[in-house]
Amino acid sequence: MKIVLDHLTKKFPSRNKKSSDEVIAVNDFTFEIPDGKLVGLLGPSGCGKSTTLNLICGLQMPTSGKIFFGDDDVTKLPPENRGVGLVFQNYALYPHLTVRQNIRFPLENLKGDKKLSKEEMNKKVEEAAHLVQLDGLLERKPKEMSGGQQQRVAIARALVKMPRVLLLDEPLSNLDARLRLQTREEIRRIQKETGITTIFVTHDQEEAMSISDMIVVMKDGIIQQIDKPQEVYDDPVNLFVAKFLGTPAINVFKGKVEGGKLYIGEDAVLDVPGVEDRKVYIGVRPEGFIPDEDGPLHCHLNAIEVMGRDVSVVSTNEACENTVIRSIIPSDSAVTPKDGVVRFSLKPYKVFMFDAETEKRIEYPAK
Amino acid sequence: MKTRSAKGWLYLLPAILFLGVFMVYPLLDVFVYSVEEGYNSASQTYFGVGLYNFSYVLHDPYFLQALKNTLLLVAITVPLSTGIALLISVALSSIQKLKDLYQTVFFLPYVTNTLAVGLVFMILFKKTAYSDGLINLLINTFGGKSVDFIDGPYWAKMFVLCFYTIWIVMPFKILILTSALASVNQDYYNAAKVDGTSRWRIFWKITLPMISPTVFYLVITGFIGAFKAYSDAVALFGTDLNAAGMNTIVGYVYDMLYGDSGGYPSYASAAAILLFAIVLTITCINLMVSKKKVYY
Repeated sequence: MKIVLDHLTKKFPSRNKKSSDEVIAVNDFTFEIPDGKLVGLLGPSGCGKSTTLNLICGLQMPTSGKIFFGDDDVTKLPPENRGVGLVFQNYALYPHLTVRQNIRFPLENLKGDKKLSKEEMNKKVEEAAHLVQLDGLLERKPKEMSGGQQQRVAIARALVKMPRVLLLDEPLSNLDARLRLQTREEIRRIQKETGITTIFVTHDQEEAMSISDMIVVMKDGIIQQIDKPQEVYDDPVNLFVAKFLGTPAINVFKGKVEGGKLYIGEDAVLDVPGVEDRKVYIGVRPEGFIPDEDGPLHCHLNAIEVMGRDVSVVSTNEACENTVIRSIIPSDSAVTPKDGVVRFSLKPYKVFMFDAETEKRIEYPAK
Repeated sequence: MKTRSAKGWLYLLPAILFLGVFMVYPLLDVFVYSVEEGYNSASQTYFGVGLYNFSYVLHDPYFLQALKNTLLLVAITVPLSTGIALLISVALSSIQKLKDLYQTVFFLPYVTNTLAVGLVFMILFKKTAYSDGLINLLINTFGGKSVDFIDGPYWAKMFVLCFYTIWIVMPFKILILTSALASVNQDYYNAAKVDGTSRWRIFWKITLPMISPTVFYLVITGFIGAFKAYSDAVALFGTDLNAAGMNTIVGYVYDMLYGDSGGYPSYASAAAILLFAIVLTITCINLMVSKKKVYY
């Protein structure tokens, strides 16, 4: 089922009664999610991700705009008539019911000609449990299970009614690091197996990048960029998106363009023909540095961290906005500092230029 | 280690002394009194030790009447007050407008002076030279005959007593239940809503189990409180409860000690022990039921 958001806006009245300012949690969202895709809504806390999810599932009503599932306008429908499955951040499993009863709960709500017999219900529950690999755990109570298992119960409960759309709110944030890796693969597998259009909310860019077909980067209720994860990483539209994606984070320098050359401090690091003279921010991905004895960029070496396959070079430069510059280089390339100064040349396609005022990307013909 | 535990005991001493003198000793004394036959409080003498006091109390028509009244009161007021309080709390937590106002209104009986409450009930129920009371006025408008609620038939008096008791215990229960309801995570309701759960089912399958520890607490304290009822009956029917036929077990104990027919600490003790046994049994049954029905 494809999902279309059409100029979707949600405003909340201000908490402070004296000011009449409204909080715009979701500001004029328009985008389309193709059928059967896994989409990550990505952004920092308070950017309106969860509100967007609540609007799609119907727990909140939009101030304006429309939501379509396929060709059906579901904007005015209550959540139970939309055919959505929702997985909550804290799972919201009913603690007094067993896993079986929890998964069966949505089925027991069905009325009229949709009503199922006991056998049919049990069959569906077992199918859903099998899909999330919970066979044999059905008689347990949620508190007798690990976080990862609880998460899977929540997914099974959301899937048992075969929803048109599956929504996951911060599905991995309550899990420890190892489980997180495992579970995100699990989510990917379940989504592929069922083919249900899935939207999940996260503030963890790695999580979003690793499993999504498409990510939507948001900030302050406004969509920044929608694209495939790799595209967003390789081609950020503004400084915020560039900073938000990637670990280690992108290295941001203050710099300027003068006479077709890009300067970091006094170092002319790249040729940028055709770009007007102006002040810019320069973002360089950690993998964009090449240690080079004759390289244009001079940095003070702090430390070299060996990580096995790669080496992380930690250095400083006065123009750098980050506290330190982190560059990742293959462990077989040599770093030869002279008097504590290490020199780099830069890979042009890993260097992004942003206008110092608007923070928008400035395109230049990379060689 | 030894000095540490000695210190611990030292710190506990004030509490232990206080509890010992004013709680444990009297409790034990009640047991002793209850088995001393023919105890005379003036000469501090008794004839022998046995169960005669219990036998006397259990054959005393006044005690049997008090027992019947108390059991009836418990059986009617505990479920009703808890049920109505639950209903009101659920209604209160589902409204937005005027919530604070209603909360205050429902909590008023809790802070109202007993005398004022008595006055209100008099206006409602008492027959005077000038009027038959508001409730009778209401009954009359619908074509019914006046009922004397204070000196009339047993069922009418019982009705007033139950009404009064429920009204008096309700505010506390509403207060506790409203806060219990507020502490249920909203996500459970959202999850149920997305799954299309009816309100009825949400209440029975989610709300009630979630607040069951609180409900259970209210039922237990409600039982114990109702078994100990006395002052309410006095407020409504005066001090001679035996004559009114509205005595309670605690009232019987009091009468045996200090009433006009009083001066029998042994009988009073026996009755108190019987009350204790009943409350203990009921509480144990409650605990057993709760193991199956309460989710912590």
